[in-house]
Amino acid sequence: MAFAAPNETYSGKVFEVTIGADKTAVFGGENVLPFHSFEGNAPHRPVIAYEVQDVPPEDWPETVKKVYEGVSNDPVTWAKYCQDTLNAQAIALRLVGTHPDRENRSPEDAAKTVKDVLAAINVPLIILGSNQIEKDSAVLVSVSEAAKGKNCIIGKAQEGNYKTIAAAAMANNHKLIAMSELDINLSKQLNILITQMGFDKERLITDPMCSALGYGLEYTYSVMERIRLAALTQNDTTMQPPMLADVGMYVWKIKETQASETDLPQWGSLAERGITWEAVTAGSLLMSGAELLIMRHPEAAKAVEKFIDELM
Amino acid sequence: MALTGVEIFKLLPKTNCKKCGHPTCLAFAMKLAQRQASLDACPDVSEEAKKVLGEASAPPIRSIALGSGDKAVKMGEENVLFRHEKRFVNPCAFAVEVKDSMSDDEINNTVDGVLNSEIDRVGQKLRIDAILVSNASNDAGRFEGVVKAIASKAPAVPLIIATGNPAAAEAAVKAVADKKPLLYGADESNADAMANIAKTHKIPLGVTAKGLDALTALTEKIKGLGVEDMVIDPGARTAKEIIEANTYIRRAAIKKNFKALGYPVITLAQRDDKMVEALIAVLGVTKYSSIVVLSSIEKWKNLALFTLRQNIYTDPQVPMQVEQKVYKIGEATPESPLTITTNFSLTYFIVSGEIENSKVPTRLAVMDCEGLSVLTAWAAGKFTASKIAQFIQESGIENEISHKELIIPGYVAILSGAIEDKLPGWKVTVGPREANALPAFLKSR
Repeated sequence: MAFAAPNETYSGKVFEVTIGADKTAVFGGENVLPFHSFEGNAPHRPVIAYEVQDVPPEDWPETVKKVYEGVSNDPVTWAKYCQDTLNAQAIALRLVGTHPDRENRSPEDAAKTVKDVLAAINVPLIILGSNQIEKDSAVLVSVSEAAKGKNCIIGKAQEGNYKTIAAAAMANNHKLIAMSELDINLSKQLNILITQMGFDKERLITDPMCSALGYGLEYTYSVMERIRLAALTQNDTTMQPPMLADVGMYVWKIKETQASETDLPQWGSLAERGITWEAVTAGSLLMSGAELLIMRHPEAAKAVEKFIDELM
Repeated sequence: MALTGVEIFKLLPKTNCKKCGHPTCLAFAMKLAQRQASLDACPDVSEEAKKVLGEASAPPIRSIALGSGDKAVKMGEENVLFRHEKRFVNPCAFAVEVKDSMSDDEINNTVDGVLNSEIDRVGQKLRIDAILVSNASNDAGRFEGVVKAIASKAPAVPLIIATGNPAAAEAAVKAVADKKPLLYGADESNADAMANIAKTHKIPLGVTAKGLDALTALTEKIKGLGVEDMVIDPGARTAKEIIEANTYIRRAAIKKNFKALGYPVITLAQRDDKMVEALIAVLGVTKYSSIVVLSSIEKWKNLALFTLRQNIYTDPQVPMQVEQKVYKIGEATPESPLTITTNFSLTYFIVSGEIENSKVPTRLAVMDCEGLSVLTAWAAGKFTASKIAQFIQESGIENEISHKELIIPGYVAILSGAIEDKLPGWKVTVGPREANALPAFLKSR
C-alpha cells in the first residue's frame, strides 16, 4: 500500500501580534500546530525576550547572575546590553522591585524606570509587574501611561486585577498578557472577561502559567497543547491569542539550577546544567505551542534560537 | 481500524465454552476489544479468525523489545498523538553512539558513562538505555571486536549494531546474538542480506530510507522477507524534517492504521553543539521518537533529558505523587520551622520552591493524600486533623526538632483547633493560603 501523507486541515488560526514602535517583532499567525509548516502556514518565528529587572538580580543563581555583572545595577544599562551586545529581539522588564515584600517601589518610580528604558532601546518592550495582585494594578496602570505609543506588552492581568490593567493597556494602545493558573477553562474564561470589557482579543497574549522542567512542566505542556488544539481544530476565537512561556523566572529558582556539583556529583556541571535546564524547558514549550518566550541566560536563548532555525 | 466487541464476537466460535476464563464468547470479545485479553486464550478459534483479529487487534505501533533481560526496553504500542488524551506508553530510549574508530580508552570511558548514568528521580530509576555501535572504521574485524568488548563490559545494556555492510553486520551480530541487539542499517541496497541476518538471529531490524514513500516500500519488502520486528528511520536529520516525518508516521499508524509505518522510530540527534543536541532530543522525546541517539552523555544533559522524558510520559490522569516524609529544605536545624502540605507533586514542587526562595531553612512534612492538592484532599477527608496528628506522631519528627509548632496551609485554617486537641503540647500556626506568600511569611517570623 502506498503512503499517503495524512495531512490535517484546521479551521482556526492563531492571531498575529506585532509589538514595538521603532523596531518591531511579530509572532503568531500560524494555522497549524507548532512547526507543522509541512501542512499549512507558520509565517513567523517565535520571539525570545531577554529578562531584565528594575532592581539588581540578587536572588538569581550565580550562573545567570554573573552574565550581567557590571550592567545589572541599572535597568537601562542592562536592557541596552541585552539589545546591543546580546542582540535581543525584545526586552522583558520585570518590575520586581515594586513588590511590597521587596523594595516596595512606587508606581511613579516604576513609570520613570520604564521611560528611561524605553528611551535607551529601540526593540520592543514587555513590561511585567511583580505578580502581586493589588500592587500590580497600581503599577501597571502607571507604566502603561508612561509607555504610551510604544506598543508594548503589559502583564500580567489576572482574575483578581484584570479590569484596571486591561483598561490601562487599552487606553494606551498596548498588548496585554492574560495569566491564569494551569487550567484551560480558567484561561478561556479570563480571555472572555477581558474581551467583554471591549479589549480587542487580537491584542491579547495568553499565559497559561509556566512551570520548569521537572516541576510541573507536563501540566503547562498539556494545557498549552489543548489551548492550541481548541484554537485550530474548533476555531475557538477565545483561545487564538498567541501564548507566552515565562521560562526564566521558573527555571532559575529550582534546585537543579543552584545545587553545586560538589553536593550532587551525579548531576554534573552546575553551569551547563542550569543553562540546559532553561533551554530544554523553553524547547519543550515551543513544541507545545509557545510563540513568545521570556528567558534569562543568553547561552540558553542562543541554543533555542538555533533550534528554531532548524525547525523553521 | 480497531474492531468493536461485536465485530470480534462474530469471528469467535460462539460456544461459550469458558476455556478462555470468561463466562461467554461475547464477554471475551469485549475484553479483546479493550485490549485487556489476548486471543491466544481461545483454544478453538479458527485460523481465519486469528488472521483477521490478529491484524486488527495488533497495536497500531508494533511492540518491539530493545535488548533482552532486566534492562531491555519496550518500544512502540502507542495509541495517541497527544499526551493529554491518554498516557504515552513506552518512554523513548536514549542511546549513545560509540564509533568503532574511537580509541579503546574513549570507548571504555563512554561505556563507563552508560554504566554509571543511573539517576533516581521521584522514585524512578532513569538511565542511558542503550549503546549504538557504529562501523565508522569500515573495518569489519575492528567492528566485531568493539561490539564484543562492549558486550562483555556492559553485558546487560541493550546494543544497537549500526552498519550497512552485511558482512560486518553478520560477524558482529553473531558475536552477541543472545543479547538480542537491534541491527540498524537495512536500506534499499542491502535489504535482502540484512533481513536474512535479522531472521537468522531472531533480532529486530532497523530500516532506513530517505522519505516516507521509500520507507513504506522498504518495510513492506522486508516484511515479505519474513522480518516482523522493525525499527524505522525516515532519514530525517534536521529538526524540520524530524517533526514532519515523525508526525506523519505517528498519524498514519494511529489514525489510518497504516501498518507499513506502524513501527517504533529511531532518531539521530547527534550534534557538535551539545545544547542543540539536547534540544533535538527534546523534539524526539515530545514528538514520537522511540530511540534517540546522542553523541555524548554528560551528566547535566542526561539529567535534563531524563526529567523531560519522565514529565512527558507521566500519566495525565494520575497525579504524580511525592513520597510521604518530612523533607529538609536548606540547612534545617532543630529550631527551624515545620510546615505541612499534601503529596500532590505539583503542590510539593510549588511549596518547596517557595520555601527555597525564602532562604529560610525549613522542614516540610509531606503527607500522603493520594496525590490530591490541599483543598481537594481536605474536602475528600484525606487531610483531616486526626490524620495530620497521626502522621506527625508517627513521623518521629518530635525527636528531631526542639519546638512543637506546626505551620498549616491557610486554606485549612479551620483545622488548627482540632489538630491542637489531637496533638497535646503542640501549637498550630496558620500559614498563608497561597505558596507564593510563603517567603514573606517565613522571613517575617
